[in-house]
Amino acid sequence: MLQLVKRPQPSKAMTYLSPLLALAITLCAGVVMFQAMGVSPGRALHAFFAAPLASKYGWAELGVKATPLVLIGVALSIGFRAGVWNIGAEGQLTFGAICGGGIALWLHRAETGWVLPLVLLCGALGGMAWAAIPAFLRTKFNTNEILTSLMLTYVAILVLSLLVHGPWRDPGGYNFPESRDFSESATLPIILAGTRLHLGWLLALAMVGATWALLARTLVGFQVKVIGQAPAAGRHAGFSLNRMVWFCFMFAGGAAGLAGIIEVSGPIGQLQPSISPGYGFTAIIVAFLGRLHPLGVLFAGLLLALSYLGGEAAQILLGLPLAVTGVFQGMLLFFLLACDVLIHYRIRPRRRMSSAAA
Amino acid sequence: MEILIPAILTVITAATPLLYAALGELVAEKSGVLNLGVEGMILLGAVCGFAAVYLTGSAAAGIFAGLAGGMALSVVFGVLVLGFQASQVATGLALTIFGIGLSALLGQELVGVAYQGLPKISLPLLSKIPALGPLLFRHDFLVYGSFAMAFAVYWFLARSRAGLVLRAVGDSHDAAHAMGYPVVRIRFAAVLFGGGMAGLAGAYLSLAYSPLWIENMSAGRGWIALALVVFATWRPWRVFIGAYLFGGITILQLHAQVLGVGVPAQVMSMLPYLATIAVLVLISRDRNKIKLNAPACIGKPFHPAA
Amino acid sequence: MTKTFPGVVANREVGLSLRAGEIHALLGENGAGKSTLVKMIYGVLKADSGEMRWMGAPADIRDPARARALGIAMVFQHFSLFDSLSVLENIALGMPADTDRDRLKTRIHELSDRYGLPLDADRHVYTLSVGERQRVEIIRCLLQEPKLLVMDEPTSVLTPQEVAGLFETLKQLAEEGLAVLYISHKLDEIKALCKRATILRGGSVVGSVSVARESAASLAAKMIGEELKEARLRGDGKKRGPVRLEVARLDMPAADEFSIALRDIRLSVRGGEILGIAGVAGNGQDELLAALCGEARAARNNRIRIDGHPCARAGPNRRRALGLASIPGERLGHGAVPEMSLLENGLLTSYRRLGFVKRGFIRRRECRAFVARILKRFRVKAAGDGAVAASLSGGNLQKFIVGREICQSPALLVVSQPTWGVDAGAAQTIRLALRKMADKGAAIVVISQDLDELMSLSDNIAAICAGALSQPVPTDSVTVERIGLLMAGARDAN
Repeated sequence: MLQLVKRPQPSKAMTYLSPLLALAITLCAGVVMFQAMGVSPGRALHAFFAAPLASKYGWAELGVKATPLVLIGVALSIGFRAGVWNIGAEGQLTFGAICGGGIALWLHRAETGWVLPLVLLCGALGGMAWAAIPAFLRTKFNTNEILTSLMLTYVAILVLSLLVHGPWRDPGGYNFPESRDFSESATLPIILAGTRLHLGWLLALAMVGATWALLARTLVGFQVKVIGQAPAAGRHAGFSLNRMVWFCFMFAGGAAGLAGIIEVSGPIGQLQPSISPGYGFTAIIVAFLGRLHPLGVLFAGLLLALSYLGGEAAQILLGLPLAVTGVFQGMLLFFLLACDVLIHYRIRPRRRMSSAAA
Repeated sequence: MEILIPAILTVITAATPLLYAALGELVAEKSGVLNLGVEGMILLGAVCGFAAVYLTGSAAAGIFAGLAGGMALSVVFGVLVLGFQASQVATGLALTIFGIGLSALLGQELVGVAYQGLPKISLPLLSKIPALGPLLFRHDFLVYGSFAMAFAVYWFLARSRAGLVLRAVGDSHDAAHAMGYPVVRIRFAAVLFGGGMAGLAGAYLSLAYSPLWIENMSAGRGWIALALVVFATWRPWRVFIGAYLFGGITILQLHAQVLGVGVPAQVMSMLPYLATIAVLVLISRDRNKIKLNAPACIGKPFHPAA
Repeated sequence: MTKTFPGVVANREVGLSLRAGEIHALLGENGAGKSTLVKMIYGVLKADSGEMRWMGAPADIRDPARARALGIAMVFQHFSLFDSLSVLENIALGMPADTDRDRLKTRIHELSDRYGLPLDADRHVYTLSVGERQRVEIIRCLLQEPKLLVMDEPTSVLTPQEVAGLFETLKQLAEEGLAVLYISHKLDEIKALCKRATILRGGSVVGSVSVARESAASLAAKMIGEELKEARLRGDGKKRGPVRLEVARLDMPAADEFSIALRDIRLSVRGGEILGIAGVAGNGQDELLAALCGEARAARNNRIRIDGHPCARAGPNRRRALGLASIPGERLGHGAVPEMSLLENGLLTSYRRLGFVKRGFIRRRECRAFVARILKRFRVKAAGDGAVAASLSGGNLQKFIVGREICQSPALLVVSQPTWGVDAGAAQTIRLALRKMADKGAAIVVISQDLDELMSLSDNIAAICAGALSQPVPTDSVTVERIGLLMAGARDAN
């Protein structure tokens, strides 16, 4: 039998090694899974992790997929550090897309430079508005934010469905539940010719830098860490928990809304009933895998973006179902959580009691 | 009467999966463990149950497989949270994400397969009673089972010695440990029970409610079940009432469409989610009530240190 | 018996023997290894090496159930009761599974009559006072008809009068043949109750003595390892400044069912004065600290004045700006963030007053110098300012926290349990620092459960009971007995 022994100090080395260990175990588990599905593990892993990155276009796609994951993941990591559990980023993403997209549709004839900034701003504000509901309910009525933010995700997706099936349906679109295409001036510019990599990627990188500075250098970042680790100490220091709940929700809601509008005004280019393959949920994995640290989240975002691309490649090359992606992501998070035990504990063989009576 | 009986029957079918899932979570939470992976366990139970019926043709096998599927996923949760001291919130979320993916993967061959639904068991004589008979005594096994389970959970928690120990563990794991109760083992059992019940909820969805397999078919019921436990302030009979209240809202949704009320389908579909939020707000407003009734150790990791 | 934890040997070759009908003291400072030893006796911890013999035969006490089966019962220092369950349910949990509830109830009544321990079996534990909870524990133990009763610091939560009642019960039990292992660091209690004592220091037995043949001073010398200096830290009362803290008719409703409402609190403290607030745990001390430091806010702003400025509705930062510093009783998690470095913990309460934040950004270099000053002045043993708070010993961390507040030169300091669970050396450092601060003109409020500490340190003293505070009086003018009555809720009539 093995036994867990608490370390006197949390291990710094394990903090960084644990994600790598988790990744390695996930790959091993992947081999077993593919074997069980009757697919050659070598070909499957190649299709998953190498094939998507064989070209410049592939690398650019990685950035496209990573953009929403990094944007949301970085913002969620702030909340998770403070013990504010915003699980509804998917809904905030959707509502951001609705608000920003609504402006884009409304201004579809305008062809000036200020349309895009306005659209992006409205997207972010939309996400914040949606996030304000759970924040308000938590601070005012003490309502569990996990459940409310999650319920609101379902509601936001239904709102989007209602709009594209009804008032916002493209008049010339053969009755498909889609809006008209956004105009040129409401579409994100491409930053790498010949690919789909758009301005949003730079926004995501800027977000990583800004969040890093916030956490490492500012009083607000300090408050986030204190309240998350020891709420009572935060109260004694005069930090307001309610204000922190609001800050975390506004920050994550804004980022998720921005990610939503970036998706629809970038790669998608119109409003549809489904605008995200669960980026808002995957971003939760991204945040934990990245150790709730902005730079870590950047790498984790790229890794999980690869799992989306890999899932698509495996579907095309090997006919594997897309659901494999979700299984991979879930396993990765499981193994990470399991490996994290090594940060605070050492594992050693259980010793028998050496008492004479034993 | 013509409308009322089918309406009440729909309430029962809508309430049954919520009741199972919420009762399971209630027991887990009473032992001090918050498992946010109910949604994932329901889905795995649903796909396993449906697959078993597809492969064997036996309804009993389906029910059993649903139970086992949910339980299997809860083993993962138990090992991570109780063995590896992982965060309960993060692990629960991972469980849901994993369960959605795995169930979709396992169920890809089952999409579009038809099944006539679990056989109805008419209780002799009783089912002949006009009006009441079809209402109460002409159901499938899982519906009867849910009534029995609600009573069993009530009895277990309020009356039995094992239930007392379980509540004690949820109230103070340190004290329970000091008295020599095996905290981790008791919690593991509670988590397994929660998983099994979520699995049955899933099996009911795919074998009786729909009855077919669709990806992500639980549509947030796992989360609603979690909310129900809070709504019920951790009391079994209130869970029962809550599940039926929510069943009622679901049927409101169906019947409004049938009656042609001029409200878009999407708005009606929002109702259960909005109702959940409303109910949570109403209950949580009174902090005292939550604090008095919630198991004191809920969500806290336990390490039997010095 | 020997038990090692990562980094420390908690018990080194400890030996001890007890006879039936004997009340045996296990004496030692905080951290001497008393709790580790009794946990091994009760089967909660396993010894690394060593042997236990029970009634002459070797006994392997693997777990508490085995201990109970042998006839060993234990009353814990921090009660192992379940708040949300009733008294009866709590007691039933300690009994064999097939115990009949109704019969159990009758037996509870029998025992409570016989030993003068009044108790209502149907009440929920969270509604009970600390003293009543201890009665539940004791009855739970007696129901097992034990041969050995282990009591871990039972009086730290009782008023002097309740202590006297407990001693009567224990003596009666010993006469009936029960062996009692009584763990304490309070010499007068051991003098009053026990015949023999085993003294632990630093994890080893330093002596097994007959109590009657020792004086309190010689016991203390064995326990601490050096002659105890009679420390008297009261001020001379000459250098009283103006009133710095004034609390008038302060009422605070209870936040929830588990906390205490404060009722009509009145006190005032002058510069140069230390006011001691005595009381049994759970009588509103935490709430009083929260109300004074700004964690909890009153409805009327003028109920609390610092240097004349009304601030009862202000938050902690505003009150700090007025000159207040505060130290909560709980070090880890309230006074300091366990997993954060000392540097960050230094920032926690000082960032505003000392200007460590400019335009939202933290000035690390200035903060580092401040923390270095604390470490040096209070001789905190730590691996630099990067060490996390949880890695420090209790005494060192407390010195750090006290130092953090004192180094900000506050006009007013409110401190709860300044030396709780701290070794004797650190405790002395902290008390001296508090007195020195008062001599420089600061006003200090010390909330403590350690009555000896308050008698030696404070100029004026009051007692808190059920959220009400007695009228503060000069410490010179009262006896310990009088304070004990006030702690039990007697109204001041004098």
